[in-house]
Amino acid sequence: MTNIPETGRSSRVTIRLVAIQILVLSLLLTLGGRLWYLQIRNGDEYQKQAKGNHVQQVVQPATRGSILDARGVPIADNEARLVVSASRTELMKQDDDGKAVLERLAKVLGMSPKTVREKVRLCDADTSQPCWNGSPYQPIPITDDAKPQQALQIRERSEDFPGITAEPEAVRRYPAPYGANTAQALGYLSPVTDEEIEKAKDTDSPFLPSDEVGRNGLERSYDSELRGSSGVTRYEVDNLGRVMGEAESDKARPGSSLITSIDARVQAVAEKQLDQAMKEARKKFDKNTGRNYKADAGAVVVMENKTGRVVSMASNPEYDPNAWVGGISGKEYAKLTGKKSNYPLLNRAVQGLAAPGSIFKVISTTAAVNAGYPFNGRYDCSPSFKIGGQVFKNFESEGHGSINLGRALEVSCDTVFYRLAYKEWKKDGGNLPKKGAKDWFYKTAHQFGLGEKTGIDIPNEVEGRVPDRKWKKNYWEANKDAWCKQADNAKGRPSYAERIAKENCVSGMKMRAGDSVNYSIGQGDTLVTPIQMATIYAALSNGGTLYDPTLGKAVVSGDGKSVKEIKPQSHGKLPLGKKTLKQMDKALQGVATHGTAAWRFGEAGWPQDKIKMRAKTGTAEVAGKQTTSWLATYTDDFTIVMTISQGGTGSGASGPAVRKIYDAMYGVGEDGGIDKKKALLPKPEAKLPKISKDGTIVAKRDKRRGRDASASPSASPSASPTGSSPSASPPGETPRARGEAEAVRNEGERQQRRRDGAQQARATRVLAGGQRP
Amino acid sequence: MSSRTFALGGYGPRRRSAWDRLTARDSIVWRMDWVILLSGVALAVIGSLLVYSATRNRTELNQGDPQYFLVRHVISLGIGFALMIGTVWLGHRRLRSAVPVLYGITVLLAVCVLTPLGATINGSRAWLNLGAGFTVQPAEFIKITVILGMAMLLAAKVDAGDREHPDHRTVLHALGLAALPIAIILLMPDLGSVMVLVIIVLAVLLASGASNRWVIGLCLAGAGGAVLVWTLGLLDEYQINRFAAFANPALDPAGVGYNTNQARIAIGSGGLTGKGLFDGTQTTGQFVPEQQTDFVFTVAGEELGFVGGGLILVLLGILIWRACRIARESTELYSTIVAAGVIAWFAFQAFENIGMTLGIMPVAGLPLPFVSYGGTSMFAVWIAVGLLQSIRTQRPIAA
Repeated sequence: MTNIPETGRSSRVTIRLVAIQILVLSLLLTLGGRLWYLQIRNGDEYQKQAKGNHVQQVVQPATRGSILDARGVPIADNEARLVVSASRTELMKQDDDGKAVLERLAKVLGMSPKTVREKVRLCDADTSQPCWNGSPYQPIPITDDAKPQQALQIRERSEDFPGITAEPEAVRRYPAPYGANTAQALGYLSPVTDEEIEKAKDTDSPFLPSDEVGRNGLERSYDSELRGSSGVTRYEVDNLGRVMGEAESDKARPGSSLITSIDARVQAVAEKQLDQAMKEARKKFDKNTGRNYKADAGAVVVMENKTGRVVSMASNPEYDPNAWVGGISGKEYAKLTGKKSNYPLLNRAVQGLAAPGSIFKVISTTAAVNAGYPFNGRYDCSPSFKIGGQVFKNFESEGHGSINLGRALEVSCDTVFYRLAYKEWKKDGGNLPKKGAKDWFYKTAHQFGLGEKTGIDIPNEVEGRVPDRKWKKNYWEANKDAWCKQADNAKGRPSYAERIAKENCVSGMKMRAGDSVNYSIGQGDTLVTPIQMATIYAALSNGGTLYDPTLGKAVVSGDGKSVKEIKPQSHGKLPLGKKTLKQMDKALQGVATHGTAAWRFGEAGWPQDKIKMRAKTGTAEVAGKQTTSWLATYTDDFTIVMTISQGGTGSGASGPAVRKIYDAMYGVGEDGGIDKKKALLPKPEAKLPKISKDGTIVAKRDKRRGRDASASPSASPSASPTGSSPSASPPGETPRARGEAEAVRNEGERQQRRRDGAQQARATRVLAGGQRP
Repeated sequence: MSSRTFALGGYGPRRRSAWDRLTARDSIVWRMDWVILLSGVALAVIGSLLVYSATRNRTELNQGDPQYFLVRHVISLGIGFALMIGTVWLGHRRLRSAVPVLYGITVLLAVCVLTPLGATINGSRAWLNLGAGFTVQPAEFIKITVILGMAMLLAAKVDAGDREHPDHRTVLHALGLAALPIAIILLMPDLGSVMVLVIIVLAVLLASGASNRWVIGLCLAGAGGAVLVWTLGLLDEYQINRFAAFANPALDPAGVGYNTNQARIAIGSGGLTGKGLFDGTQTTGQFVPEQQTDFVFTVAGEELGFVGGGLILVLLGILIWRACRIARESTELYSTIVAAGVIAWFAFQAFENIGMTLGIMPVAGLPLPFVSYGGTSMFAVWIAVGLLQSIRTQRPIAA
């Protein structure tokens, strides 16, 4: 530059030119930096946005698979209904937040404006049902039961109903074949929530905002199979939404159907009989409490012995699962979840907890044999048994002299088990427990699967509890502060409760003699579920295998091409030798023929020679409540366990119902004759129903022609005092015959009071003093 | 020196064949700034591809012919190239004498825009309808004539050796010369061009060596003018909205903020290497409006990614860098001022155009030099390149 003639160029200009150059290039650098920031730093975010921009998704919802019974009869399926829905986003755009539109809609649908408004409001902390729990961007169903002309009105006057649609949609239906509503086992659906959509976003089965999700029962546990996957066609669109091409599309895959092991006919009988038994129990007077039995809840499980498959599972109080379809109303929801209705949503077969009472004695017997007491040894069944100053009595202080363990089961002799339990308790160190105490009675309960879930394929199963040393210790640690505080606060002469608190405070962690003795006959702190007991009794019948109970039998894909059978699985083996099993089986037959359940079976015309019945009755005590009735029974193929809370004795309250279920299954008539044509299920349904080539599952025809009609839901349980299911009892049953049955029962009740292993007179909690021998 | 230059015009004393003259060591071809030329050509080639990509699907604009815009763009480019050669042939010095005439013509054209002859596009009455579908945007030419006119006035006394720096009177004259067309363009209103012109005036004053007081005063006047325009409500609503959308990028992505939002999505989604030419979803889906003109950079960003967008920036940088060298190495103030004006024009217009697509500048209707579709802009830009080449070739070779 120095050799360039400097004409007309001042240094000022040169400096300024350099400044301009620097400025200009820094501008370009700024652009480069910003470009990097957008494309490299935040590129992923913008790529996502671009995708959302140009790809429009059109969703074809998948039809949810049906749930079928073992014979292929649908117990949950879909029907097309006219659904009127409101789009909240559209309504909120209107000046009055859609108030006027909803009012007009209410008028057309013949609903109250309030109901409609409640249906579209969103649930939050301050808003309880009825409200919309799903995604606010999803159309909210107002009714799924619109009449065609209502839908037509809404469609034709669409300018009056912005944001309202009326479309035919597949809606879940629970048809309740034969009157079997199977409510708790089936569960129910409700709309998916935003959190769930977010959570399942990256899994194999993401949700759509319009999806409904199984919330309980089979609908929940098999949700991913039943739901299928919605078809999504992604269209590439331009800025005006015009389709430029199809990006990718996933065809809707209809949900698989679930074939269950439930037999809808047996289920109907079981539900009806359970309900009937509870109604009967409420008529009975309870001497101990001075009022009629409340019979507030009950459950019955019918299980296949060799597979653990559940043929029937009923829980009472019941509800109509169709209440959930198309959004539940506020009133119905309150009813289903209220204390007044005693929580019908609970499935008592897997969630109901109670002490097992004497049906626990099969476990105590096993424990005794494994502890070295011979099954056929002689044991003193004295009227009562004393520990220290405390007396443990037999039921109605009856004695049977020196008997073996089998007989002790038959007559449900408590004192035999008291003695054995006490001996073992002392062997284990008594109040100063040895290290490595054998704890045979507790160990055996665990081996039988108590205190653990059975692994049944429906949700919310509870594990119950075995009140062993570990539990006692944990329980004491959790509660000692409260107990000790209560004991310390006692002034003057301590009250009964305060004395118990003191006792618990000092030695609540210890396994006391009374605890062990009580425990041996299934009383006290032990808690079991009906499904656990069914699993145990089925295992006694099948040679000792504890099967995981299942309701699902096979999952059949929507096109019928894939049939996945759900194979029985076991979660343990009973700790019993073949010989002992046989002896025990014989003893339980004795219960049915000449023991505590004889008046329901052997002495009531049960064809024992053709269908061997085993039974064990139980009457469990609950502090402050009436006794729980338990009846555990099995034949070669089936196990039935029934329980009625606050229902009375085992054979008394549950006996007739269980007998009626067997009668219906095997076709046993009043006279004890077996009519094979009337038998609903004399053998477990081994085969799956026929699956035709197009994937539809063909329901097996009911051979007993004309029976189905009489088993329709219209035949309410209360129609017949004996509660016999129409499909089970001969149509010609006369009032006289019923009267006879009544008489037999009344007589039996008296006998049973003596026989059943109920320890009515015994105090639930035993006080100190007599505790330490 | 002058004989060599004039040889191109055919006035040289020795007769040589045209080829010899072009290929001789001291010929204009050898002395031309090839870097600038090649950078400009590269940008133009990229621009043609981007314009084609942006318009081949726009059936409502291209009248069913996917190549409609491409063909017109290439024709404009050819004309622009011819104009550049013409400018070099004439030379900036000879143009100097024609400046008053050229200035008068362009101002007159601008006035015509305000008459019914003008055409309104996107809220601005900035186009002159020539008939047969041809429009011209006089503001683009005014950028050139303002640069040349101011340079002529400011450099006259300095280049004559009378003064070291332009005196206040001259500066005042020069500012008056710029103020008239700026006022006309403001009436259109074409804010983008006004902004560019103001920056050009600023750069021209700086390069002329005018007193710092003028420079600072002009800056203050510019700021004051902006405030005045804003407070007096001279802006249309769409213009206010552009500023609002700039201030708040999340504002109304379906309305006011739509352009900038979609532009950012397009560029951002390009990533490092882009989605591939003609494969941009934002582009084929026509989510970005005005994508062949003002928002052409979004096509590059989306389809060619950071690599492609960066290449455009680098090419612009090289071009401007070389232009700066030309300005610095020029021996006459007139040439220096012209080069500086062109530099400011290219640099600011590129910064504003790309900046608005990147969301760091408010939206203003300005094409990206060399790249955007738009005939007048293309002509003006290549004439400006011709001016730079002319300055470069007509400076004395090192003695």
